[in-house]
Amino acid sequence: MSPVPQTPRLSIAADHALRVALADRSDPAGCDAIAALVRRLEAASVPGIRNLHAGFGTLVIDFDPLVASHDQVAAAVEAAWAAAAREAPPAPRVVEIPVRYGGPDGPDLDDVGRLTGLTPAEVVARHLAPLYRVAFLGFMPGFPYLTGLDPALTVPRLPHPRVLVPKGSVAIGAGQAGVYACESPGGWRLLGRTTLDLFNAGREEPSRLRIGDAVRFVDAGGVGR
Amino acid sequence: MIRVLRPGLLTTIQDLGRDGWAGVGVPRGGAADPRALRLGNRLVGNAGNAPALEMTLAGPTLLFERDAVAALSGADFGARLGARRADAWSSFAVRAGDVLECPGGPSMARGYLCVAGGVEAPVVLGGRSTCLPGLFGGHEGRALRAGDALRLAPPPPTAAPRRIDPEFVRQLAPRGRLRVLPGPHLERFPPESLASLSSSGYRVSTQSNRVGVRLQGPPVRRLGTDEMPTEGMVAGAVQVPAGGEPIVLGVDCGTTGGYPVLASVITADLPELGQLRPGDVVRFGVVTLEDALEALRESERLLAAVPLVES
Repeated sequence: MSPVPQTPRLSIAADHALRVALADRSDPAGCDAIAALVRRLEAASVPGIRNLHAGFGTLVIDFDPLVASHDQVAAAVEAAWAAAAREAPPAPRVVEIPVRYGGPDGPDLDDVGRLTGLTPAEVVARHLAPLYRVAFLGFMPGFPYLTGLDPALTVPRLPHPRVLVPKGSVAIGAGQAGVYACESPGGWRLLGRTTLDLFNAGREEPSRLRIGDAVRFVDAGGVGR
Repeated sequence: MIRVLRPGLLTTIQDLGRDGWAGVGVPRGGAADPRALRLGNRLVGNAGNAPALEMTLAGPTLLFERDAVAALSGADFGARLGARRADAWSSFAVRAGDVLECPGGPSMARGYLCVAGGVEAPVVLGGRSTCLPGLFGGHEGRALRAGDALRLAPPPPTAAPRRIDPEFVRQLAPRGRLRVLPGPHLERFPPESLASLSSSGYRVSTQSNRVGVRLQGPPVRRLGTDEMPTEGMVAGAVQVPAGGEPIVLGVDCGTTGGYPVLASVITADLPELGQLRPGDVVRFGVVTLEDALEALRESERLLAAVPLVES
């Protein structure tokens, strides 16, 4: 991978969890480095490790404390880090997500226009333009945290989160972009909706997206342009 | 078959959860009090992770449509099997046509109904528990409703009704104290925060569920106003939102979160976290990693040696 000139800092997150943190937490190189570390640790299948929780420039490793110790998990992280530093980063897979913008699919599109001083059509165009990267998935099953949002679309979260956001809602909030892969409560602003089933527990690969993927939104019509 | 006559407040099928899917946002989940589930399963001769019904505060009313051996563990729900009382921490024979009522009791939040052989549920992503955040697993990915029919797996060779030695059960009573390790985000709090967390009692809010236990009490101060970049979260994390009233994350918590974590509840005390109910007062005590691991080993030793007596 492209070398990240920083050694991860390890600390105790819980009696069953180790935290790995990079100094510069959310730059693209940091996200790539965390994705590479996750791939290596998954491939190594370290005894006792139950779950890998990636974040912006961080990784929390949950393990069974009756099987492994923090020292053993730390040694596995150091080995994985060294191996990742030697590997060429794989070209990211590109996943296209079709979106119907505005109207009932994107009830906050007009508000985002008002908040940013853009027309709804300009908001859509700026949301469609970037090639996003999946920094990690979290919060709920299948929810991707996407980096690459146009800074002009930085808007605060809703003052009062919705009780129920429909599955597939394409949203922005606090400078980030994401997609609600399951029906859930939520405070991000909804620009549109996709019919692509991002999370389905019945599939062998339940999540359509993986850490490190590239994402492009594609205009699938709708009333908001 | 078990027919659900009344579902109770929140009754779900739970096992010991699923591992390996947090990377795509799926929480470990599973029984909020895994120790009670394991003991209930032991009473009916099941493996510790056999799926069972987890009931919350007010339990279900169930019609058994076939003979079975069942056990109740965890909170005492004041259960009745027909006209007879069905005690917690004991197994009992059920006849086809019997109705089990589990109204709810005065202390602890969650009880488990284990049935010899286990309640049937499909394996989804390596587990049979209900994942409420992902709406899958267990019974149709949701809490039970009136009219649901639950299939029972074939029972193992039946054992005589048994109970857990009441002396041991007394050791499982809530202590009102959760032991924690400091961190991981200590740099986001003033130095006195841990002392202030552990010197105050906190009341469990009604806004508590399997995702998290919200606490009311003296606010914990944070340093700075900048938001923390989203990062991985595990059950037991004591999160502090801007308002300062802590939230202790539960088994269904989001796999990532954005509030700084002042401390984390040790694994040995997660069963007690899962038994907190609104109105309970809880205190925190800071321990070392060595203490935490010793407490876990001790808890496992006790569990392995738990005496079952014939009743």
